[in-house]
Amino acid sequence: MIGKIEYIQNVTSELTFSNYLDHFIARIGIKRDKHLVPPGLYKIGNPSSDSNVFVTANYTLSFDALRSSLKGIDGYILVLDTKGINVWCAAGKGTFGTDELVKKIKESELEKIVDHRKIILPQLGGPGVAAHEVKNQTGFRVLYGPVLAKDLPEYLKNNKATPEMRSVNFRLKDRLILIPVEIVGMLLPLILIGTILYFTLGILPSLAFSSSILAGVVLFPILLPWLPTPNFSTKGFILGGIVAIIFGILNIVINNYSSLVFLTLTTLVVLLVIPSVTAFLSLNFTGATTFTSKSGVKKEIYTFFPKMVWMFAGGIIFFIGSILYKILI
Amino acid sequence: MINAYTYNTLVLIKELCNGCRMCYYVCPHGVFKLNGKVIDIIKKEDCMECGACQLNCPTKAITVDSGVGCATAMFVASLKRKKEPACS
Repeated sequence: MIGKIEYIQNVTSELTFSNYLDHFIARIGIKRDKHLVPPGLYKIGNPSSDSNVFVTANYTLSFDALRSSLKGIDGYILVLDTKGINVWCAAGKGTFGTDELVKKIKESELEKIVDHRKIILPQLGGPGVAAHEVKNQTGFRVLYGPVLAKDLPEYLKNNKATPEMRSVNFRLKDRLILIPVEIVGMLLPLILIGTILYFTLGILPSLAFSSSILAGVVLFPILLPWLPTPNFSTKGFILGGIVAIIFGILNIVINNYSSLVFLTLTTLVVLLVIPSVTAFLSLNFTGATTFTSKSGVKKEIYTFFPKMVWMFAGGIIFFIGSILYKILI
Repeated sequence: MINAYTYNTLVLIKELCNGCRMCYYVCPHGVFKLNGKVIDIIKKEDCMECGACQLNCPTKAITVDSGVGCATAMFVASLKRKKEPACS
């Protein structure tokens, strides 16, 4: 038995420069599915057969959040194979799930390593793991710890999580950290269409288009709770509308030598395209949040997506009209 | 102005509840509260349909049509003609 324990790889609670570099690369969306930890059982500190067992995903950000929160705590870390996906998303997919947990408990022969029969899971593993099923199949009782690993030391004092520890928030810093990935996701259209517009029509159309995208992927995540109305689409229409009005005014001021017909056409383009693009990107931010439901997002799509399409299509028609007008007249 | 998020599919059948509190522990939005020996839904409108309560309810007292609240996944699923939207 002791022999088996010696085979288990040891990890520390210290994060190194290369860990931080790996986190940074993950946060800007590079090699998104390659931030892997080998699944299996690990030791942290000097655990005994009475020590706690903590379960996590094999995503470096999840694993490192857990081990760095266990400073001065002896225990075991059981890493499930979630294909490099974080706990909550993997639980939603089912890879951080009952079957995988049961499999890993059996594979690691956990019952021979610890004398007790309880394992601590992150609360957000809940959508994938049926605690009573795990108990039935392995004898181990699943205890749901706090949402965030950083609250574990407090939780361990009396095996109790406060309502605050059990709630998922979406604070400004949680939203800010998502912006790089959001930008990287839109980088191709941003650069491609932005450049084409710049060299064909000039700086203002290029800036107007880029702003509609940046409003959706940068301003929207920041301003989310302060934008009025409950729906992401309507919040996006409002934000995009503000950007559109700014560019509409700029267009009229800068191109004031143009004919009234041309100014009207181009202003309509700005007022229709920018809000529809920003609103569409805002609607797509639902998946990055911690609180939108399937029913709600479905309802949003049915209600507002057709409006986005019509606005955008209208804007494109006026855009073509403005170009034809410029060429022909 | 409609609010797309007022309706969700969370249903609790109180008669089946054994008061084990698992739903209370796994819910990330404080939807449940223990009321005497059984659970009550106190903030139904905050439910995000993650499905954790349903899965962890040993007496099947909770049902919810769970899934991802993600527009991108829904668009991708409809383009690829998949039944259930999921993260890619």
